[in-house]
Amino acid sequence: MLKGRRTWVFKSKPTILASAAIGGPFEGKGPLAEDFDVLHQDVWLGQDSCEKAEKKLLEQACEIAINKANVKKDDVNFFISGDLMNQIISSSFTARTLGIPYLGVFGACSSSMEGLSLASLIIDSGAANYVVTGASSHNIAAEKQFRYPTEYGGQKPPTSQWTVTGAGAALLSNSGYGPKVTSATIGRIVDMGISDPFDMGSAMAPAAVDTIEAHFRDLDIDPSYYDLIATGDLGSVGHRIAGELLIKHGMDIPTEIFTDCGLLIYGKDQPVFAGGSGCGCSATVTYGHFLRRMREGELKRILIVATGALHSPLSYQQKESIPCIAHAVSIEI
Amino acid sequence: MSNKKKKKLTPTQQEYQDFAKDLTPKRPVLRNCFRAFIVGGSICVFGELLKWFFVKYFSFPEEQASDPAVAVLIILSILFTGFGIFDHLGQWAGAGTAIPITGFANTMASAAIEHRTEGYVLGVGGNMFKLSGSVIVFGTVAAFFVAVITLIIRALGGI
Repeated sequence: MLKGRRTWVFKSKPTILASAAIGGPFEGKGPLAEDFDVLHQDVWLGQDSCEKAEKKLLEQACEIAINKANVKKDDVNFFISGDLMNQIISSSFTARTLGIPYLGVFGACSSSMEGLSLASLIIDSGAANYVVTGASSHNIAAEKQFRYPTEYGGQKPPTSQWTVTGAGAALLSNSGYGPKVTSATIGRIVDMGISDPFDMGSAMAPAAVDTIEAHFRDLDIDPSYYDLIATGDLGSVGHRIAGELLIKHGMDIPTEIFTDCGLLIYGKDQPVFAGGSGCGCSATVTYGHFLRRMREGELKRILIVATGALHSPLSYQQKESIPCIAHAVSIEI
Repeated sequence: MSNKKKKKLTPTQQEYQDFAKDLTPKRPVLRNCFRAFIVGGSICVFGELLKWFFVKYFSFPEEQASDPAVAVLIILSILFTGFGIFDHLGQWAGAGTAIPITGFANTMASAAIEHRTEGYVLGVGGNMFKLSGSVIVFGTVAAFFVAVITLIIRALGGI
């Protein structure tokens, strides 16, 4: 049901029956290592290319989520997924393995919540009984496509971020026990003219702020309604800017409930510059860390605002600025 | 350049960029320059030592000794790239490792390693000069113009 201008309120409250998070070796050294279902020691996962390794991550995340919920793969109606690779190959190749009717989405790093909001909408409308949604990213694959070869010795500025090697997936159903998806606010493109691909935080922060404001305006609630509001991958730079922007716009979100997945996933001793990024960042932190804390009763209501930078290496070389988007999904238990 | 860029921005975008600029950490330019000077300088000193070594022990003539010295630096740089050390060195040293011949070897080796998965012809062969290609192109073009200028000066009775 539409509320306000761009928020969907899910009357039937689709349930996240199970979720899974898979990570690589670098994520295993981070503070959230315990929240991953599988942590691979080998960044290549025994595959002969990093693109194949990313596909493997997503396949595993989906299969574990489906198995955990004790649902047969044939009973899952739809699979909605997105990733950062050209033509979203990781998602499409995973759909080939799973054999589940598939809708591919692209929202760059916001794909995780774009998928979750669409999956919830499908369940809520009665068009499906079970939907699995996921998102993935791979550090080497993303660096190769968007920036320089990984072994290239160029110096990165302090605003750059580290793409997460990981995949997260969630299985949604119209019945059952688990955290419920209650609403979703769809973002619009916000472009503040920033064109530096090594400074995604400042590019994406206004998009996150726009969606957060729209969410509270549409639902007519206060930020204190939530126990936690987490942005996707703004990193330390974007998180700070978003916080200041919200204050400037007269919306006061208490600092103790306002966080960022890109800040949580890695420890202070890890050399990740401003923090984590990539589709796998918000997907693993949400489906692994946050949902675990919800199931344990530590968190009751959370709002995830996954942010995405919708540029390509080509558009950046042609001096285009970076259009950004953010999708917000609220999960309650 | 920056003025031309700024002209295209709307007032809202301009206002945001000024706002964000204050909250964004700057590149530590002074520290980067210092490190680049130390590391780049050390590489050059090491190159000179190699040159001296080849003159003394392999009886190379002085003007040809830089060839084997450069070859040693290139081999070392490629080995460091292959073992995954060079990118960490590069992050620390910045221009210090990028400017000498070591940086050029690294751009070629890293691209070749990265695209090995697409095969030898389309992957390694096709992408090896992805980063270093422009260095070769503009290096050659610059050399051509310098040569032309030198010839003109000579023809006019200069040095």
